[in-house]
Amino acid sequence: MEKRVFFKGWWLPALLVAPQLLISFVFFFYPSGQAIWNSLFLPDPFGLKTEFVGLDNFRFLLSDPYYLASFKTTIIFSTAVSISSMALGLYLAALADRLIKGAGVYQTLLIWPYAIAPAIAGVLWLFMFNGNIGLASYYLKALGYEWNHTLKGDQAMFLVILASSWGRISYNFLFFLAGLQAIPKSIIEAAAIDGASFWKRFGTIVIPLLSPITFFLLVVNIVYAFFDTFGVIHTITSGGPEQSTTILVYKVFSDGFVSQDLGSSAAQSVILLVLVGILTVIQFKYIERKVHY
Amino acid sequence: MVEKKKSGYWLTHLGLILGVLFIFFPVWLTFVASTVTQDAIIYPPLPMLPGTEFFENYANALFRGSPEGYGAKVPVIKMMMNSAIMAIGITVGKIIISLLSAFAFVYFRFPFRNLCFWLIFITLMLPVEVRIVPTYEVVANLNLLNSYTGLIFPLIASATATFLFRQFFMTIPDEMVEAARMDGCSPMRFFFDILVPISKTNIAALFVILFIFGWNQYLWPLLMTTDPDMRTIVMAIDSMIPTGDDYAHWPTVMATAMLAMVPPVIVVISMQKFFVKGLLESDK
Repeated sequence: MEKRVFFKGWWLPALLVAPQLLISFVFFFYPSGQAIWNSLFLPDPFGLKTEFVGLDNFRFLLSDPYYLASFKTTIIFSTAVSISSMALGLYLAALADRLIKGAGVYQTLLIWPYAIAPAIAGVLWLFMFNGNIGLASYYLKALGYEWNHTLKGDQAMFLVILASSWGRISYNFLFFLAGLQAIPKSIIEAAAIDGASFWKRFGTIVIPLLSPITFFLLVVNIVYAFFDTFGVIHTITSGGPEQSTTILVYKVFSDGFVSQDLGSSAAQSVILLVLVGILTVIQFKYIERKVHY
Repeated sequence: MVEKKKSGYWLTHLGLILGVLFIFFPVWLTFVASTVTQDAIIYPPLPMLPGTEFFENYANALFRGSPEGYGAKVPVIKMMMNSAIMAIGITVGKIIISLLSAFAFVYFRFPFRNLCFWLIFITLMLPVEVRIVPTYEVVANLNLLNSYTGLIFPLIASATATFLFRQFFMTIPDEMVEAARMDGCSPMRFFFDILVPISKTNIAALFVILFIFGWNQYLWPLLMTTDPDMRTIVMAIDSMIPTGDDYAHWPTVMATAMLAMVPPVIVVISMQKFFVKGLLESDK
């Protein structure tokens, strides 16, 4: 869609886009180019000179068991976070949508965790599950279950999934509620008159009509789990124990800043760049569908 | 609602209340922990009701930091100021540059317009986490480490707001700009007197989303700031929880966590209408 009427001249619009272009070049294109460039080089151990190695950094990464393990961790983590937070969001939205009065009150009570930083959410859950003083670990111990997420990888994974999903429910709730409220009530009523039960209506009418929004949310939640959960992981586990919660973005950080392995870190950035690119394209393909109904 | 069975009605409320409790519980525990003594916390279980140390703990957190011998000693008030400056800087900066460029894209035809548009479009794709190492180098080379400029500018480089404004400007009837031109209105006059005022709701919606985005930044300030005076509250809380055998001073830590949550939560609740609009329309 283009506008028919517009102003003349070229220097004024050039001036208007200049700030955004300038910032994009300095903090976006240049660093991204730098990441691609660095991914082709290997610095010597003393950091004195670098050697061109072509795609060796990538070849090394893709045969590195730690990197492949991190890939697997990321897939498990992001699937679990997306599915659990979407399921709870949909459940609460479906309930709130049944109310004639009071849906607004529940909305207010449910959406504010969106404002809580992932790192802070991490601190809250860390406090509950702290091995010495946590309330949850205290009662688990009383029930005879030994909780120590600093030693046990599966418990650490469970905790970071829990903390990441908890803060994300409100986002999914809000989108599902908007989606549910956009479904014409007449369709639901017609089905009810024909004798379809609540679950029958939910399964055959509501779910199919919600599928575009569900797909959209799936992509957005995966992107969230890939990148925005850095704070949760950094505060709760720092990627441990034994890398069991090191997701890809955490590995870029720990290899680049903690172990100073710049070639490998750059190559990892490039791989992530490609992954985000694919996810964004998928998201945009479906964005039109999202507004349809 | 289609059916009106009493039992279903109460079950609906019960389900929602359980959800609300699950959402509130960790925050309630945090609040309780921020009002009791260190002893009440380190000998579990933690009580379920607030204690008597509210003023003591918050005054400690805000002005003095953890007591002697417990991890980093940093008063929070300065960090809240830093967080506020960063959040508002990012918010205002993003809104201004996006309004300007969206105006240019919708109302002007200029050379390389499509190229510029695509260049900005691509920046949608990359969160700062991905290009973190080279961005750090750029900022270090510009001597911007430990500065507000360095905290703010790299996070302004994203296109979401530009797209939202562009989308909105497209829906404004052409008659507006025709009438303005006929009356001899200059482009910038049109921008300030007509476009900005009718974009008010969109600006407010973006304000909420971007303020939360800015306040909650974690990784970037963590790398950028080595000077304790430049830390933001969200990143600094991590340094208050020592690893190993030494205890954190939990009441102070939990009071700090509460203080880190309160400003963005207030913004969301007080501007709920704009928040919902912003979230549903900007997708991020």
